[in-house]
Amino acid sequence: MYVSVKGGETAIGHAHAWLAEARRGDPALPELTVAQIEEQLALAVDRVMAEGACADRGLAALALKQARGDSTEAAFLLRAYRTTLPRFGYTLPVDTGAMAIQRRISSTYKDLPGGQVLGPTFDYTHRLLDFALAAEGLDPPPPAEAEQGAQRMPQVTEILAQEGLMAPDAPSNAEPPDLTREPLAFPANRALRLQAMARGDEGFLLSLGYSTQRGYGNAHPFVGEIRMGEVSVEIEPPELGFAIDIGDMVVTECQMVNQFVGNAEAPPQFTRGYGLVVGQNERKAMAMALVDRALRAPELGEEATAPAQSPEFVLYHCDNVESTGFVEHLKLPHYVDFQSELEKIRAIRARWFAERTE
Amino acid sequence: MTPGFDNPVLGAQSSFRAMLHALSHPGRIIRLADLPAAPAPLAPAAGAAALAMCDADTLLWHDAGEQAAAWLRFHTGAPWGAPREARFAIATGAPPPLAGFCLGSDEAPQDGATLLLQVAGLEAAAGWLLTGPGIQHETALCVTGLPPGFVAERAALGALFPRGLDIILCADALIAALPRTTSIRERA
Amino acid sequence: MNAALTGYNFGYLDEATKRMIRRALLKAVCIPGHQVPFGAREMPLPYGWGTGGIQVTASVLGPDDVLKVIDQGADDTTNAVSIRRFFNRVAGVATTESTAEATIIQTRHRIPETPLSEGQILVYQVPMPEPLFRLEPRVAESTRLHAMAEYGLMQVKLYEDIARQGEVATSYNHPVMVNHRYLMSPSPIPAFDNPKMHMNAGLQLFGAGREKRIYAVPPYTDVRSLDFEDHPFKPVRAPHACAICGSEESYLDEVITDDQGGRMHVCSDTDYCASRPPV
Repeated sequence: MYVSVKGGETAIGHAHAWLAEARRGDPALPELTVAQIEEQLALAVDRVMAEGACADRGLAALALKQARGDSTEAAFLLRAYRTTLPRFGYTLPVDTGAMAIQRRISSTYKDLPGGQVLGPTFDYTHRLLDFALAAEGLDPPPPAEAEQGAQRMPQVTEILAQEGLMAPDAPSNAEPPDLTREPLAFPANRALRLQAMARGDEGFLLSLGYSTQRGYGNAHPFVGEIRMGEVSVEIEPPELGFAIDIGDMVVTECQMVNQFVGNAEAPPQFTRGYGLVVGQNERKAMAMALVDRALRAPELGEEATAPAQSPEFVLYHCDNVESTGFVEHLKLPHYVDFQSELEKIRAIRARWFAERTE
Repeated sequence: MTPGFDNPVLGAQSSFRAMLHALSHPGRIIRLADLPAAPAPLAPAAGAAALAMCDADTLLWHDAGEQAAAWLRFHTGAPWGAPREARFAIATGAPPPLAGFCLGSDEAPQDGATLLLQVAGLEAAAGWLLTGPGIQHETALCVTGLPPGFVAERAALGALFPRGLDIILCADALIAALPRTTSIRERA
Repeated sequence: MNAALTGYNFGYLDEATKRMIRRALLKAVCIPGHQVPFGAREMPLPYGWGTGGIQVTASVLGPDDVLKVIDQGADDTTNAVSIRRFFNRVAGVATTESTAEATIIQTRHRIPETPLSEGQILVYQVPMPEPLFRLEPRVAESTRLHAMAEYGLMQVKLYEDIARQGEVATSYNHPVMVNHRYLMSPSPIPAFDNPKMHMNAGLQLFGAGREKRIYAVPPYTDVRSLDFEDHPFKPVRAPHACAICGSEESYLDEVITDDQGGRMHVCSDTDYCASRPPV
């Protein structure tokens, strides 16, 4: 009896063998290739890449395969891998204004330089299950070739700023904090907050962003602009003294335009909520922009009362590798603590009954 | 350029463990096993401690001169820092005022510096009597080659606790530690 | 390197990470009971499963060390097996189940029954390093309270327990004062183990990976469980003898033997139990 509560190497070995079998599923069906996952489950790959904080679609696809499609587990696999990688240097800031646009929309202007580009979006699809997809081998017709806007598309917030209507974000050349190296410290500046949210859990940010729309935090947002496409990533090796392009990656950027009533120092103007996510993930970029704006409450002299306005609440709880680990650790043995609780509650109950029979 | 540890991974590990042991048992004299060829006036023990603990993320202050500076820079990559900002400091001669080193803050007392202070000799003999965490009853330590007034100057920092300065005395291959919690009584 | 797993450094962590953790450890020893923030890394085991303890052990461990890993006092619980196997793979160190033979013991939720001797290091896995977190969840605020040694909140909480229930309600993770200065979480060890922390000959290191904090109790350091003069701290154990070795001193696990209310009690510390003659 006593021996059976002990785990042991054998049990772990058997569990892992079972897991491998379950992962593969019915061997009569062909095995998924990592390339298929990367191409055909692209948004799942993007999510894992963003939350795993490692911009490598191939590795993210591998992690998804290994994790049986569990995106949180896959993000964890990717994080644990990235943390062992040596750091060779730092890239220059990415210029999203120079993005090779695949999608760009604004809900504040009907038309604007560069135009509205719907791109590969679920918007305006009717959510009807497409049973044709259940059949294999049907390739969709190619889309009409879009005009590739080679010109720089100005950001809507730049246009507002020209008129002085958008509160400028103070430019800074200060070294941004690095939460992969240093533990979170408060007060957390905006760079640190955005960093944490960029790799934070999509579901958590979505719910928090949503809460700001329902009165938990004072939000009056407009989507100034959402853009998605490839940006080039550059480094400037000190021995060269000039920037070199080391590759492209897809990012999604959302700039929310919010009201601001003004105060003694600043005239009434719009303020920005900003979201940037690696890969294509508009939902998360939008949610992040809402929460970013909510977290700016103190600097804008607004009362901070809602969860989305609390930097500690948001930053300490947005990381799903941390939260899933701690929630799931409850299934580890707690015999010892529980035993002490048992003895304690028995003693307290005994006193409770004794007092009532006196 | 003289070499660092024979094996950088294991040399750093054994030197760290010696420092951990020394700080856990203040005043106890520990001999370091892996010693790099530190250029004079650096004591081999001070050189080992610096190589084990310092890197590009730690500001390092020392008074050991150009040759030692080049050696420390090459093997650790640690940038130079003034006493007030350095996380590690090496004094081969009389140190600057102890209160002038970084002592941390009440919220972040761990920012207080570690001073590797070279002395002429360390002996487990009558001289000082040490008490505090890490010491069961009392530890006797005899230190030679310290500037006069050192004990009083260090004791004055005690009132600032948890802020403070942690000192590792180095003599040749030997170290003995005086963390900020240790009290020194001088035998009359 | 004698690491059994190729492609990784000795002890898994890269040298820069180890240095960062080692610097935190040295300061933790110099300021007993104070939580030192450190840049905890993601580990190949989940946060909450011992990543803090693992990072501390990986930074301390050398090729001559002998490692023991326990969870709930036992060497053969699944998580202990998993962590021991991890270090065997990434550091190739010798492992043992004997408390006396180990130079480093990584533990979750227990202090071994066999007293530690000088030179031994006990590494605790810590889920929530902040003893005040249930009373003050804001980290910036609890940091300030530690800076001022302002622990009235905790005293009031314990006193309210006594008023309501006649005794302190914490049976594990009972807070301690270290060296008369810092309030510290002993990690979720049973209160029964708290007195072992006081003036222990071994070095006690605490690692909280998810919360990114390291703290320490040096050997021979004053560690007092928080209590009141009229309600002194009482370590509690089940009032039984171990069914295997007969010990009436050790901490016991209660094991359910049937669905008729059958119970037996056995030592939670498997090494201690096995070292004694069976009844």
